[in-house]
Amino acid sequence: MRIVVQQDPFDFGAEAEAFASGRHDMGAIVTFTGVVRDQGNGGLDAMEIEHYPGMTQKALDRIAAEAKARWSLGDVLVIHRYGRMAPGEKIMMVAAAAPHRKDAFEAAEFLMDYLKSRAPFWKKEHTRSGETGWVAARDEDEDALGRW
Amino acid sequence: MDVLYFAWLRERIGLPKETVQTDAATVADLVDELRAREDRYAMAFSDLSAVRVAVDQELTDFDASLEGVREVAFFPPMTGG
Repeated sequence: MRIVVQQDPFDFGAEAEAFASGRHDMGAIVTFTGVVRDQGNGGLDAMEIEHYPGMTQKALDRIAAEAKARWSLGDVLVIHRYGRMAPGEKIMMVAAAAPHRKDAFEAAEFLMDYLKSRAPFWKKEHTRSGETGWVAARDEDEDALGRW
Repeated sequence: MDVLYFAWLRERIGLPKETVQTDAATVADLVDELRAREDRYAMAFSDLSAVRVAVDQELTDFDASLEGVREVAFFPPMTGG
């Protein structure tokens, strides 16, 4: 289980390949990556992600351990960045390896739902016109936890 | 104890961290003490439904005891992922 919090970009392809390689008992690898999104109007200059250094690693470790306890998983990978990122940059990725795809898909979704609402990250948008605004948490993100 | 603020709470209060001498028994008591200090605190804590709290780096609620606690953090609902 590798859980990484970092400012630098990560190589999604290399990470996915390294995660998937050398396994002989895992029939399913699911990966997800989250990308900074300009909501269609070209107005987003950057996304800035703040986090709580002392708590972030522990919160992610706990979420990943919970996924491993709930599903039949061989391994879990979480990489989450902080700092300033341009549209198109990858913010984070998760990967789950399991003998069967249902466990891998469900565990990846669980990881994503919990990363959104229970890991101490906060997003701030910077527009090209110089405005800034904190991204508000959405009710449906909180509701999504209810299904687990 | 150390009190930390993140995201818009940090911006409204104007600092990321401070050391607070307090006899507050719970997080809610601490919030009341902070609110009474200055307007910027009162404004930041005006709607607690928009504030989350962690005690010694564990998410908890405003009823949590502060006995033996070293670090309290206030922040808005998280937006990771």
